Amino acid sequence: MLEIKNLHVEVEGKKILDGLSLTVKAGEVAAIMGPNGSGKSTLSYVVAGREDYEVTAGEILLEGENILEMDASERAARGLFLAFQYPVEIPGVGTMTFLKSALNAQRKSRGEPELQTPELMKRVREAAKRLEISQDMLKRALNVGFSGGEKKRMEILQMALLEPKLAIMDETDSGLDIDALRIVAQGVNTLRAKERAFLVITHYQRLLNYIKPDTVHVMAAGRIVKTGGPELALELEKNGYRDYVSEAA
Amino acid sequence: MSTEITQIRTPAEKALISLYTSEKDRLPGNDAVKALRTEAFAEFERSGLPHRRIESWHYTDLRSQLRDAAPLFTAGSSEFEDSLRHVQPKIPEGYALVLLDGVFVPELSDLDDLPEGVSVCSLADVLAKGDAALVERLAPKGLGTGDPALSLNAALMQGGVVVDVAPGTEVAKPLILLSVMSAGALHAAYHRSLVRIGAGAKLTLFEIVDAVEIGSNQQNGAVVIEVGDGAEVEHLTRISRQGADAVIINSVLASLGANCQYDGFALIADGGLVRRQIFLRFNGEHSTAGIRGLSLLSGKRHADTTLVVDHAMPHCTSREYFKHIVADEATGVYQGKVIVRPHAQKTDGAMKSRALLLSDSASMFNKPELEIFADDVVCGHGATVAQLDEDQLFYLRSRGLPRGEAEQLLLEAFAAEAVEKVRNEGARERLLTYVSDWLAARK
Ligand SMILES: Nc1ncnc2c1ncn2[C@@H]1O[C@H](COP(=O)(O)OP(=O)(O)O)[C@@H](O)[C@H]1O
Ligand SMILES: [Mg+2]
Repeated sequence: MLEIKNLHVEVEGKKILDGLSLTVKAGEVAAIMGPNGSGKSTLSYVVAGREDYEVTAGEILLEGENILEMDASERAARGLFLAFQYPVEIPGVGTMTFLKSALNAQRKSRGEPELQTPELMKRVREAAKRLEISQDMLKRALNVGFSGGEKKRMEILQMALLEPKLAIMDETDSGLDIDALRIVAQGVNTLRAKERAFLVITHYQRLLNYIKPDTVHVMAAGRIVKTGGPELALELEKNGYRDYVSEAA
Repeated sequence: MSTEITQIRTPAEKALISLYTSEKDRLPGNDAVKALRTEAFAEFERSGLPHRRIESWHYTDLRSQLRDAAPLFTAGSSEFEDSLRHVQPKIPEGYALVLLDGVFVPELSDLDDLPEGVSVCSLADVLAKGDAALVERLAPKGLGTGDPALSLNAALMQGGVVVDVAPGTEVAKPLILLSVMSAGALHAAYHRSLVRIGAGAKLTLFEIVDAVEIGSNQQNGAVVIEVGDGAEVEHLTRISRQGADAVIINSVLASLGANCQYDGFALIADGGLVRRQIFLRFNGEHSTAGIRGLSLLSGKRHADTTLVVDHAMPHCTSREYFKHIVADEATGVYQGKVIVRPHAQKTDGAMKSRALLLSDSASMFNKPELEIFADDVVCGHGATVAQLDEDQLFYLRSRGLPRGEAEQLLLEAFAAEAVEKVRNEGARERLLTYVSDWLAARK
């Protein structure tokens, strides 16, 4: 599904990703754990298509195709989704208007017919109910005045609606209390499917009790320094990142 | 030593002088009106075309930008109708009062269906009768006095309407003052209208500055508005469908009585060089004025909105709220001056200007000014110039919206915030559609 080969990324001359390689297969749930500042968000932005990062070497393949030259919107239409660590507030743009524009832009790009408002409303309402998102929130401007937890749930609602092939979740657990964490994890778990892959980025092992990963990668100083199974997360929980940080440095 | 500088006349100034000389005897009005024109033109000759050394015209140097002054044009009535056929479908629902090339055309206006309490007559007729009291009200003292564009307007006014709304009348549908330029060779129009809203009356006035063909023309129009005690007026303006060489000057001279409400909103979409100036004075207490606008500018277009809001009475509230979207090499100007006179205690004033620049070559000049001479007032202003937020754009793009669509969504949200304050629903919907279409076309 996703194949990253020897990725080097700089911002303003500063090296952030330093030869990162990673493979996520269809149906797989992969977790990336790493200390703050190791480049996890940078990785997610670069995969999603943000331009202010300079890719100096390497490749990113989505279903075998190099996506580095593609616009962020095209990557989205091909099934990539990023749940932001810090979802952006967009004043003046109604949440429903946004959901409709996003979904139909993707459908249009794939040559599918537009979804009519009643059908869209139905889908949004169902997803909102599962994620305990109130009707009132849907009436507001996108993310404006939402609490941290509400913003994260809105990210999952978008993911449910857009049905991506590969979802990257950047610290979706941060700022969530235990109830919200359970709701979010449930939202993700219902979307797990043979043809869909997840890349779950987190700082803490806690989330992985709810979303059980198939693979765990440890990231430090801009590259993957260790790969293992779920037991690796437990080990990190116990020992922290100390070993890996010094190893990478 | 004399400090007077003899100005060298520009070709446009020379053309205006010969235009006035050849037209003055043909323009409507009795001797009293002729005297008014003579005085106004003498004033214009003294100042010449406004230039950047005149403070209120600092960012719009008409003297250097107006290359030539176009002649007046009077079309035959068959051409009138032909012209109107193009414009008619675009008029929102309401009572249309049509000025073609600056001259009121009763046969094309909705005079028969006017509701009770609303009377309309042609400015040319009023000038011909020359009723001294009425002529005086056409040029209210202390509102825009000495402004060169207004002097020129007074000297050359060809036509317009005088509208009276009787006290207590609630006019359900908007009164549409449609000023349209006919097709054909470059020509100019000068018009002035007077709208008097009686005590306790309610009116929506929708001024539309339009053209049959998108092309070059020169329009200098003024509307004098008297808002009676307790009246409620919504004054909408749309300056649209103008060629890149068109020069549009639109002046509003508003006097507000006591306990009344005046809400102005102007959409400026296109026009080569647009100057919109509003002179508003509170003549009574406990009144509220909202003056708002949205300018959409692309290409090399230039639009200047300049306000002078005179809090001459205590206990009044004013809200100024302007937005600009400036693309390409266009220029936006916002100058807002709020004057609070010494005895105008308890004045509440808030002025805001926000602009988005869509290119590195786009410019915006913001000049909010407060001149406060009273001590017990609440007044503030804020002006921002920004670009579209890249974080917001990226968020939208990451959800599948191509850059152009993402920009449009953000721009519509920015613009709608200004338009949504328009109270008349039909007009608001049309304005929003106009804005969306404009934004979609620039993608
Ligand atoms: N746009 C940027 N400009 C400058 N430095 C950046 C930028 N984005 C990230 N960085 C730097 O790159 C490093 C990695 O950041 P980030 O990807 O956010 O890490 P993580 O998500 O693992 O905490 C940090 O040192 C951060 O300061
Ligand atoms: Mg991060």
